[in-house]
Amino acid sequence: MAIKASLLLLVFLSSTIVSFSLYEDQVGLMDWHQRYIGKVKHAVFHTQKAGRKRVIVSTEENVVASLDLRHGEIFWRHVLGTNDAIDGVEIALGKYVITLSSQGSTLRAWNLPDGQMVWETSLHSAQISKSLLSVPINLKVDKDYPILAFGGGYLHAVSAIDGERVLQPPESSIIYVLGFLHSSEAVVYQIDSKTGEVVAEKSMVFPDGFSGAVSSVSSDKIVVLDSTRSILVTIGFLDGDISFQKTPVSDLVEDSGNAEILSPLLSNMVAVKVNRRTIFVRVGGEGKLEVVDSLSDETAMSVSLPVADDQVAFASAHHEGSKIQLMVKLVDDLETVLLRESIEMDQHRGRVDKVFINNYIKTDMSNGFRALIVMEDHSLLLLQQGAIVWSREEGLASVTDVTTAELPVEKDGVSVAKVEHTLVDWLKGHMLKLKGSLLLASPEDVAAIQEMRMKSSGRSKLTRDHNGFRKLFIALTRAGKLFALHTGDGRIVWSMLLNSPSKSEACERPSGISLYQWQVPHHHAMDENPSVLVVGRCGSDSSAPGVLSFVDVYTGKEISSSDIGHSVVRVMPLPFTDSTEQRLHLIADTEGHVHLYPKTSEALSIFQREFQNVYWYTVEGDDGIIRGHGMKSSCAGETADEYCFTTKELWTVVFPSESEKIISTLTRKPNEVVHTQAKVNTDQDLLYKYVSRNLLFVATVSPKGAGEIGSVTPEESALVVYLIDTITGRILHRLSHQGCQGPVHAVFSENWVVYHYFNLRAHKYEVTVVEIYDQSRAENKNVWKLVLGKHNLTAPISSYSRPEMFTKSQSYFFAQSVKTIAVTSTAKGITSKQLLIGTIGDQILALDKRFVDPRRTLNPSQAEKEEGIIPLTDSLPIIPQSYITHSLKVEGLRGIVTAPAKLESTTHVFAYGVDLFYTRLAPSKTYDSLADDFSYALLLITIVALVAAIYITWVISEKKELSEKWR
Amino acid sequence: MAKLTPFFFLSFLIISSSLAFQSDEFGLEGAQQQTPTTRKRYSDPDSDSKVQFSLEHAFGDSDFSPAGTFSARLKSWSHGGKTLTKLRFSRNGFSDEEKDTFKNLLKGDDFYRIRLPSNVISPPGKEFVVASVRARCLPRDGLDEHFVIHMEGANILALSYGSLGACQYPRQFKLPAKWSFNSHTILKSSEQAPRTPIFTEEILGGENAEGEVDPPPERSFWAKYWMYLIPLGLVVMNAVTQATNMAEEQTGGQTGGSQVQQSARRR
Repeated sequence: MAIKASLLLLVFLSSTIVSFSLYEDQVGLMDWHQRYIGKVKHAVFHTQKAGRKRVIVSTEENVVASLDLRHGEIFWRHVLGTNDAIDGVEIALGKYVITLSSQGSTLRAWNLPDGQMVWETSLHSAQISKSLLSVPINLKVDKDYPILAFGGGYLHAVSAIDGERVLQPPESSIIYVLGFLHSSEAVVYQIDSKTGEVVAEKSMVFPDGFSGAVSSVSSDKIVVLDSTRSILVTIGFLDGDISFQKTPVSDLVEDSGNAEILSPLLSNMVAVKVNRRTIFVRVGGEGKLEVVDSLSDETAMSVSLPVADDQVAFASAHHEGSKIQLMVKLVDDLETVLLRESIEMDQHRGRVDKVFINNYIKTDMSNGFRALIVMEDHSLLLLQQGAIVWSREEGLASVTDVTTAELPVEKDGVSVAKVEHTLVDWLKGHMLKLKGSLLLASPEDVAAIQEMRMKSSGRSKLTRDHNGFRKLFIALTRAGKLFALHTGDGRIVWSMLLNSPSKSEACERPSGISLYQWQVPHHHAMDENPSVLVVGRCGSDSSAPGVLSFVDVYTGKEISSSDIGHSVVRVMPLPFTDSTEQRLHLIADTEGHVHLYPKTSEALSIFQREFQNVYWYTVEGDDGIIRGHGMKSSCAGETADEYCFTTKELWTVVFPSESEKIISTLTRKPNEVVHTQAKVNTDQDLLYKYVSRNLLFVATVSPKGAGEIGSVTPEESALVVYLIDTITGRILHRLSHQGCQGPVHAVFSENWVVYHYFNLRAHKYEVTVVEIYDQSRAENKNVWKLVLGKHNLTAPISSYSRPEMFTKSQSYFFAQSVKTIAVTSTAKGITSKQLLIGTIGDQILALDKRFVDPRRTLNPSQAEKEEGIIPLTDSLPIIPQSYITHSLKVEGLRGIVTAPAKLESTTHVFAYGVDLFYTRLAPSKTYDSLADDFSYALLLITIVALVAAIYITWVISEKKELSEKWR
Repeated sequence: MAKLTPFFFLSFLIISSSLAFQSDEFGLEGAQQQTPTTRKRYSDPDSDSKVQFSLEHAFGDSDFSPAGTFSARLKSWSHGGKTLTKLRFSRNGFSDEEKDTFKNLLKGDDFYRIRLPSNVISPPGKEFVVASVRARCLPRDGLDEHFVIHMEGANILALSYGSLGACQYPRQFKLPAKWSFNSHTILKSSEQAPRTPIFTEEILGGENAEGEVDPPPERSFWAKYWMYLIPLGLVVMNAVTQATNMAEEQTGGQTGGSQVQQSARRR
């Protein structure tokens, strides 16, 4: 009974909490969702005898998908887990898609038309090795076509029908397998396909060692490179005998450098990349090599494809100016060019990375070719008959960093609204809406209303709006491309490849690291265009020199870029801007120096003024040390660079390596706005939030517990969380959770941290909230003190003062595991906050901050209830209506970004993963504006009707009075 | 009974060590406290050893030099944990040379840095734990300093260092009246998070029972029945006015009759 009562109470309370769910017809009004697959690794065409022509692709985001070959739409797709990388994809029996994943240990079959999984087989694997998948066409075993999969040191033959291992082939046939041992020994195994036994084994040591890719030239020959990358080695393994034949690359081409073998599986031919040239080398009968052809620029090549009359063709694509040359040649006869097309290509797609070809028979019985190409920016295009049939911006599946930018202000004189709408249209629209709201609309009208809302006039305009609903999200992808996405409809406003081919030679392929708002003009620099700073690196190593690139947000053009000549460890935006609103940034390098940007004397003078008050910290995760640094002096002694400064170590926090390992660090967002420092309690008491920008949240676990959940016993693992002041290195809060384990996902805002971890004892996920309050200001409650000015509210705070603060914390169970957590942010920080929890199901749950409030008690007093304190429960509720992604999934969710709109109640939410999702949220409902579908017409008509009624009644009463008087 | 006593005492030690932190505060000139002899008698001599580790300081960017010694008692527990207790600190005073360097620090508002080894058993351990403070924050009457040493077993995690009170910004240049240190030391170990409560039926039942115990306060008669009383009052008032009107009606009726007659006449 008691439970019932409390449940009822809970139900009642949860119904009083503002519900954020949408009505069905509101889907797509404020939100958009884009589906991607990622950079394509393998592609298999399925065009024969199929009504719907399709191509099966597997990608670097671990997606296997079936795409419509006519339009490029996704028929179906499956996102495998993050550590379930796909090694190969094939079509078997004409109806199954076979994928081999997880280093060759998982083999799956998917139904080709609808993508249902048919069977899954996990293959035993001993060690990590390269894995291969092959579906032999001619190997038929007992009405069954076995699939050969190699991975983890084992070769498996698996039935395509049900995934069972095949062990009874009828006729004895020998499979030759060539393997490498310790990268210097070649082994040939002859395997009886009947029993799977090794019939013969022969090995031979090659003293120089092998390296790089293998190109199998024919059924009994392969070509590899030796470890110096200067000698091509042909290995023949005819009848189980191994023979080596060495040919130095310098014999084939002059002044050769390091060679690289391109795309394997060209029959009787190997393509080698030397000195930015691609040469085709034919392998003769006795392993003799001869150069047949060479191409100047970097060339992407496809695997060979059998065309009619026992001929084999392959495609190659390379750049010539702004065009792409696509050629299809016969392998045996390189002079015969079956197809030569040149296609105009956007410069910002970069070079061609991969080519996959497919042939079809034209109406005149000649061969036609279509080519699927993957560009350097990861985009996927289908070329046919010299034109781009469709393209997909797959770079957006691997967004690494996101920032926001404003749109240009609407110019005076040209009012877009007037051009777009005539009065009649406007009235018609409102009449329809009115009908809708009075429930008079017919189904067609409802459809019309829905359509009208979807393309509502202002939504996708390229100008700033009054409420700040229209913005640009600038996304940096792993390929190093910048995209500007419009919040209205999600379209790409502009895109820019950082390493377009026209760039300097010094840094050939910079990879983007992070994105910063460089210039956000307002007030006195309105005529400047805003710009973003992209920090990149000339290599994967952290000590590689960095590259800065400044990009104009309005136009998407690069303003300037520079090789900065030092490495980039950390980029710190400073809270200072110069007269043109350019933000000052400090970049720390590996040598402990920091560099100031922009390199102007004005910036230098601003920085010199605050020189004493600039501190920064570094986290050495592997060593478990956090160091604080202060500015020392200009590094004039070492270099002449006056924008370079040396630093000194001010504090260190050393975590004992045997008991603690850093797994997560987090700071507040630097641009977060806090509306008020004071928090009023129910008993008219005042608490002051400890609002400091210099707090660092650190979570450590026992080294044993750093592995997967459940790999340790509760006694062995402990989770310790810290709040550290980054100016002085003081530990302000330290709490250890015994028997708990990571991964820790946390969010830090205002004066609170919420973190999510796993409790091994309770076998549940937990969420803990920590709130920090300032006690040094607690005496300022007296009104008289405030009136007489005897308060310390305006005194500057120094980090060197001993902090007088206290923390409150509370823990709750949470039923789901979490991928990422974010918090809403609004323009002035008045609106209450919501936690945005990216759940394991790739959805985003909006949870009111009120649920994670340490002041919650089991039975709150009447006054507390009135204030909105929810009775304490042991777990946080998951209300299905509060999924902001409603029915959609943001596959492979990796991050959530929030940005304030100009309207205080509203915040932009952008989630990225393999998919992109955007919506606008109002955590406390839109209390400061009318709803979008507010019927102005109804209001107007009501007013008009009222005025008319007043007039009519006045006339009537006049008449009546007159007749009264005449009576 | 003889067996029970040490057990009891050990459990007492465990309880005392599981407190949030232990604090030993004493000044430089503070007399050395005698360790209670009773404790020595009952504690196993193997699991209780003395450790010493030195505090080092640096002025601005200079090298570190010894500045004092911490001595403490290291307790080893049967479960393998180690804790420091009975921390003592003896601070070396500034030499004349150091006074001059410190004055320079005060002038330049530079950093006074100190460090401790990160492991007290085998110093310096993995690394030194460094803390620093603006020199101008230290001088009061003497030189006020306040150490908070965050411990994890025998490891020192972090050191918070500064003056006892606030450090006003902008920092004023002020020489200390006395060149002696007034040191306070706090040893802190990690706080245990409370277990997440699991609300079973009993707790909820208790909550309900508590609700019954606390009946709503009795309201006054007026507060309870005002909604009935007001209409009643209105009805009564209405009746009264109507009664008075009835009395007036007699006279009113007569005038009305004469008006009818008048209008009839007009026609």
